[in-house]
Amino acid sequence: MADKMHIKLTVNGTEEEFLAEPRELLIYTLRERLNITGPHIGCETSHCGACTVTIDGKSVKSCTMFAVQASGKDITTIEGLGTPDALHPLQEAFKEHHGLQCGYCTPGMITRAAKLLEENPNPTEEDVRFGIAGNLCRCTGYQNIVKSILAAAATMNADASSSSDAIGQTKVEAAE
Amino acid sequence: MKDDVQSSDDRRASLKGLGSSRKRVEDARFTQGKGNYVDDIKLDGMLFGDFVRTPYAHARIKSIKTEEALKVPGVLAVLTAADLEPLGLHWMPTLAGDKQMVLADGKVLYQGQEVAFVVATDRYAAADGIEAVEVDYEELPVITDPFEALKTDVVLREDLEPGADGAHGPRKHPNHIFTWEAGEKETTEQVIDAAEVVAEEMVYYHRVHPCPLETCGCVASMDKVNGKLTLYGTFQAPHAIRTVVSLISGIEEHNIRVVSPDIGGGFGNKVGAYPGYVCSVVASIVTGKPVKWIEDRMDNLMTTAFARDYWMKGKISATKEGKITGLWCHTTADHGGFDACADPTKFPAGFMNICTGSYDIPTAYLAVDGVYTNKAPGGVAYRCSFRVTEAAYFIERMIEVLAIELNMDAAELRRINFIKKEQFPYNSALGWEYDSGDYHTAWDKALNAVGYDDLRKEQAQRLEDFKAGKTRKLLGIGLSHFTEIVGAGPVKNCDILGLGMFDSCEIRIHPTGSAIARLGTISQGQGHATTFAQILASEIGLPADSITVEEGDTDTAPYGLGTYGSRSTPVAGAATAMAGRKIRAKAQMIAAFLLEVHDDDVEFDVDRFVVKGAPEKFKTMKEIAFAAYNQAIPGIEPGLEAVSYYDPPNMTYPFGAYICVMELDVDTGEHEIRQFYALDDCGTRINPMIIEGQVHGGVTEALAIAMGQEIAYDELGNVKTGTLMDFFLPTAWETPHYTTDHTVTPSPHHPIGAKGVGESPNVGGVPAFSNAVHDAFRPFGLRHAHMPHDHWRVWKIANDLGLHS
Repeated sequence: MADKMHIKLTVNGTEEEFLAEPRELLIYTLRERLNITGPHIGCETSHCGACTVTIDGKSVKSCTMFAVQASGKDITTIEGLGTPDALHPLQEAFKEHHGLQCGYCTPGMITRAAKLLEENPNPTEEDVRFGIAGNLCRCTGYQNIVKSILAAAATMNADASSSSDAIGQTKVEAAE
Repeated sequence: MKDDVQSSDDRRASLKGLGSSRKRVEDARFTQGKGNYVDDIKLDGMLFGDFVRTPYAHARIKSIKTEEALKVPGVLAVLTAADLEPLGLHWMPTLAGDKQMVLADGKVLYQGQEVAFVVATDRYAAADGIEAVEVDYEELPVITDPFEALKTDVVLREDLEPGADGAHGPRKHPNHIFTWEAGEKETTEQVIDAAEVVAEEMVYYHRVHPCPLETCGCVASMDKVNGKLTLYGTFQAPHAIRTVVSLISGIEEHNIRVVSPDIGGGFGNKVGAYPGYVCSVVASIVTGKPVKWIEDRMDNLMTTAFARDYWMKGKISATKEGKITGLWCHTTADHGGFDACADPTKFPAGFMNICTGSYDIPTAYLAVDGVYTNKAPGGVAYRCSFRVTEAAYFIERMIEVLAIELNMDAAELRRINFIKKEQFPYNSALGWEYDSGDYHTAWDKALNAVGYDDLRKEQAQRLEDFKAGKTRKLLGIGLSHFTEIVGAGPVKNCDILGLGMFDSCEIRIHPTGSAIARLGTISQGQGHATTFAQILASEIGLPADSITVEEGDTDTAPYGLGTYGSRSTPVAGAATAMAGRKIRAKAQMIAAFLLEVHDDDVEFDVDRFVVKGAPEKFKTMKEIAFAAYNQAIPGIEPGLEAVSYYDPPNMTYPFGAYICVMELDVDTGEHEIRQFYALDDCGTRINPMIIEGQVHGGVTEALAIAMGQEIAYDELGNVKTGTLMDFFLPTAWETPHYTTDHTVTPSPHHPIGAKGVGESPNVGGVPAFSNAVHDAFRPFGLRHAHMPHDHWRVWKIANDLGLHS
């Protein structure tokens, strides 16, 4: 067994400091060490995206990153996106448009979608489908996920500009 | 009161009952990362168990050395068959009447089979321990072909007496499991021999896997002080699991509590009982600590519950005009190393005898031979009601092949053979009584919706352009009309391990007019907490938002057989309605007492009982609920509760018409789905939003199966598709946009007329995709090509037809 590494990272605004083996995967750190169980394990090969978190502004699959690689970095999980009293627009939209069923892919999917909308606040349906292609869902067939993300984009744009949300709305309708 | 001025329509709408696209109550926790899946469960001192698995598909085990593993830091125990044998737990019964090794007992029968169970403080230590277990194998000849299995001298199951009967009658060969027959063999063969037109084909439905995003797992916790075992796990049938655990462990059933927490998709994968469950229980008893076992993705794809793997040889006969006269089918079913199919006991080939489909076929015969091979056991219904997917694919391919033989349009051939609306209830040649249907209306609606005639014209033009060298893309129009058989099922002929396949609901109305309902089923994403509350809201007149639905804890929920085979709505949904009616019957007596009239002088009106002819005199259900706990009513017990155990009189028969329009690139084999139209008739619609979501998801699983997904083996029995790199799950990018539609033909025997819908899209979707591929190549002489139609195989079709020269 290798010597333990000293790791310091920030998760959802809270600084965490601990010793861990170099082989400890970040998803394990989050789920087992820090009790942050929103991110899930689906494949352990980077294919399904159930473990998606945001690290220093990038979507990352935490099942294939060592905790030590995340040392010094700033991590956001689904738990850091909204609060029960102030949900993220994506959390609202997924419920409103039936963008989830079993819920297992949902934390990773919403975390990814939040990053996508940061990068591209006004995506087309095609942009969304391409942008979430790293996150698998076995239940929904994606149609309502795409609809939810487009709807959230429209809401966020409307909130941002307080002006017309006609563009986003048109896209939601087109996706229906 | 504001309530008094509301119209009954407004009051009905505020209940969010049947027909409401009510938003899901489950979503708050799932969207905030607060689901509670089995791997989220943490108990004090919990250990982690994991398996040493065989790399060989068929081998004798000469020795297992565990000493080094026990020296690994964190490893506490290593269990082998020798440790389980004194407890009688080295083998366990399967759902199909066979038995299965819990840990390898002398030999292994498929790659990935469980050999030893390493128990450690965490999963890293368990992985280290696995590496240190030394197993000496002697390789044996591997049989992966079921036809070869029936000829070879290689005996896979040495534990079985060669000449002895199996659970389903005589066995013809040491590797043979059963023969199951339905219909009239002699008459059918006579009809087919004498027919004007006969089409014959071998249709293979390849081996696939349900592959829910969450794998299988459990946490076993034996409390030695109180003698109680708690088992949390990904169980689609928690109550049946409790009974099975009791039977095989000897722990009395009242001392076992089984809990299914949130389940991350099931699709049939989580119906069976797996060695991981048994080993976790034993490990918890041995160590005195809770033990968690969670599959990784490779374990999941390689060992727990494959689906399909049916070789279906068919003959279908017709008159020259296209009226079908007979259907014959012989299926060779590859069951792998153990017969662990999840089917009702009397149906070792499930409901494969629904293979006459939507058609009025006067004579039919089906025989199925189950065979052992060196592949993983399972044979679960992957988003399917017990082999209905196989049956629907078979008949929908046979229809297409017959259309080629007759030189007829396949839509027209279907139309002239559909069972007519007035023929329901319809008795099929293979023994089922179809409850209701209106296939012609659905079919015409579907063909009109896609503009079928214009599509055929466009296709003819495309063909000309192709021949003229103007395009390299062909157009395929994939048709499918399916009839399902779901809601297993009547206790008179449906049981699993002797447990009748009824289901249940228990309701408690609280004094202030809210309620809790508990059911014997368990949601895995279907949204039961949302929809069952809707059924109740309509039945008892309390808002769905005031009704909590709970499932999955055997200490609190009434006994039921669980959720699979689209049985929740047909069976537990019926129990819910019936329990609601018991509540309403008592509420009527309370209302009459409060209104000082005779019981018969009040009637139910949405959310209240009113005095007949005097609608201003009423008591709301909310008022009645309080009265049930507050009034001393002569002759009526206090409280307002009910329980119903529902034994369905028949299955339900949802149906649908699906059409897929697909472009196929002849040179690359790539496909593009231009249009997919899905019309479903699931009887009464409880929540249209959820139905639509189920259809989207089910069609996407069908897309995966038809166009690329498979569990493939090489000749040594190596699984070639054991990770998501190789096992195809479509992304959002590869998934098309779907158009959904519906007709409504209620089930005449279901209390609310509902039929179930979750699996229809998989049943109907696979033939629609596959038929589109076949249809594109039909002008060049293609009759049948096996799935999956991945790019290489489609390219191969084109190449074999000489389209590349």
